[in-house]
Amino acid sequence: MKSLKLISIRSFLATLILSIGGSMASAAELKYVSGAVGNAIEVFQTLVKPWEEATGHTVTLVPMPASTTDQFGQYRLWLAAGNADIDLYQTDVIWAPQLADQFIDLTEHAQDLSPLHFPSIIESQTVDGKLVALPIFTDAPALYYRKDLLEKHGQPVPSTWEQLTEVAQIVQDAERSEGNDDIWGFVWQGNAYEGLTCDALEWVKSFGGGQIVEPDGTISINNPQAIAALELASTWPGTISPPGVLAYQEEEARGVWQTGNAVFMRNWPYAYSLGNGDDSAVKGLFEVTTLPTGGGHDTSAATLGGWNVAVSKYSENQEAAISLARYLAGPEAQKTRTLVASNLPTIISLYEDADIAREQPIIPRWKDVFLQAVPRPSAPTKVKYNEVSAKFWSAVHNTLSGDGSAAENLELLEFELEELKGSGW
Amino acid sequence: MFNFSKELDLEAQRRRAAFYFLAPMIIALFCVAAWPLLRTIYFSFTDTSLTNLYGGEWIGFDNYLQRRELSSGRVIWRGTLVDPAWWNAVWNTVRFSVISVFFETVFGLGIALVLNAEFRGRGWVRAAILIPWAIPTIVSAKMWAWMLNDQFGIINDILVRIGILERGIAWTASIDTAMTAVLIVDIWKTTPFMALLCLAGLQMIPRDIYEAAKIDGVHPLKVFWKITLPLVRPALMVAVIFRMLDALRIFDLIYVLTPNSKATKTMSVISRENLIDFDKFAYGSAQSTLLFAIIAIFVSLYIWLGKVNLSGEGNQ
Repeated sequence: MKSLKLISIRSFLATLILSIGGSMASAAELKYVSGAVGNAIEVFQTLVKPWEEATGHTVTLVPMPASTTDQFGQYRLWLAAGNADIDLYQTDVIWAPQLADQFIDLTEHAQDLSPLHFPSIIESQTVDGKLVALPIFTDAPALYYRKDLLEKHGQPVPSTWEQLTEVAQIVQDAERSEGNDDIWGFVWQGNAYEGLTCDALEWVKSFGGGQIVEPDGTISINNPQAIAALELASTWPGTISPPGVLAYQEEEARGVWQTGNAVFMRNWPYAYSLGNGDDSAVKGLFEVTTLPTGGGHDTSAATLGGWNVAVSKYSENQEAAISLARYLAGPEAQKTRTLVASNLPTIISLYEDADIAREQPIIPRWKDVFLQAVPRPSAPTKVKYNEVSAKFWSAVHNTLSGDGSAAENLELLEFELEELKGSGW
Repeated sequence: MFNFSKELDLEAQRRRAAFYFLAPMIIALFCVAAWPLLRTIYFSFTDTSLTNLYGGEWIGFDNYLQRRELSSGRVIWRGTLVDPAWWNAVWNTVRFSVISVFFETVFGLGIALVLNAEFRGRGWVRAAILIPWAIPTIVSAKMWAWMLNDQFGIINDILVRIGILERGIAWTASIDTAMTAVLIVDIWKTTPFMALLCLAGLQMIPRDIYEAAKIDGVHPLKVFWKITLPLVRPALMVAVIFRMLDALRIFDLIYVLTPNSKATKTMSVISRENLIDFDKFAYGSAQSTLLFAIIAIFVSLYIWLGKVNLSGEGNQ
């Protein structure tokens, strides 16, 4: 009897330990780190709820500054230190080659999932045959314009940068003479950071001036079209754009726009649903179109952005983390994200989705914009991309702030990039 | 004889005890100060990258200065010491440090003189004046960034309303005003610290000297130049060295307040950029080492100059 009792206690304890151990392994608490732009935190919570309910795991968002340059610095440090606190990283489309060693290979885990996505995006996240991150949304900027103001002053939606400069000036002057003192023609991202690389790449490319470093690795930035593009852009700060635009990132530009103080804005799709929010002064008053072209060139350019999710090599909950990554990159989460945040899906079939077409009518129209998007030269320049980008944005920022002419700065940039390239990227 | 050896014994014992008391401090300092410093200096002589911290190989002085001969026979120099971006950062830092420390010292001393006088509510004023110093730099930098904003900023709003400006200035964005904006915020933030250190110095000056001067009918300005300033000088020197050390490694304020342009990039900002953003960990380490060397030079120069002056006064 006694021994039986002992055994039963023992077996009870054993089951207890097993069940505790088991439940600990099955209910992981994940940490997901991401930049917090706009309403990213609320969106994330809505998004992961079904996954949390289905799996029993929980995930906490660790919010980071909006600047992707700042995020990269912090992630780089954490990963170099082998930080096990963060399980998943939301990574920018340009980071894959630089952080590839620190993330696990998702090729096997996403075998069924990757064919659903745009092949070019999957390719951008593949480094030496290793799928570094799964795409969760893509980004291609557009020109936001105030249709009410253009109508009021009888101006067309501009199709070239030259026309935009002219229209912005006309509307701005007319509005100011009517007492609307705070109005500006055009807001964009002019701070010296990755965002300026995106903006300036669009100007240069849409003028037919190449894409800084071509896919084959040639440095092409010093050419007459690129110079013309920057010369036009450098006339904006202080005339149609506030002088402070040289310190603006996405959110500062949106701040001016959404309070109704700008005629045009260059921004990513996330600003569309925020601009139509109930607290927005421009709700229902604006439309979006493709970015203009310039210098007689006929195709416009939109810098390819986009965010992906990668699983840290140092995560202690890799299984759960992979499950979350698959969920976030999958059709269900991408659809929700498109509906609540107007982010562009990376899954091709969602562009034909009826709910999305009804709720976010701009999204299906975006497919063509996005298919013609221009990538930043992160693939040819590999681990040196950040430095290439920093040199490019510095040259552009100097030009915009009147420190040297476009021709001088681009010539110097070409020389610096040649030096950086050395015998090969 | 016996006595003497006993004294020695006691002396040795005391020294040993002192060492035991100091040991934890020395170990802690070694771990948090000396070791990281030595590692950084070591990294600067290698080709370490952040993705592989332990795989760097010794490359000598190449990160500092490197002579390369091209196939055409042309000789080019590489490395931090010939990098114009680095020297621009050095110039920015030195300019920032000298100007900010100068104004902080002048304002700090002025405020300290006022606070040293007897008046009602002095305790309150002393506490209140410390507020800017107590706010974390990131918070005050963000706060000032909004106050200096060209569209929504209160400073532009006030200046426009009273008619000084026609349209708001983009303080932090324009390369002409970015450094001024940084200086304004830093001086606002750090003057209280200087005032406090100066006040401590002022309170150590014996009151009877002032009484004697008063009885002799010396002009108050002369009292300041001949009594207050020389006597407060040692305290002021310590304060200036502290501030100089701090100012030369300025990072957070500039990083948060201004765009990452060459108008305000300092030594710390540029070395962080190389260390982390770019794949040039060793190069950034070389810049950090140079930053350390420059600070060391400044401090020893200042102490040396200070000593010369002090001994000159002693001869009078």
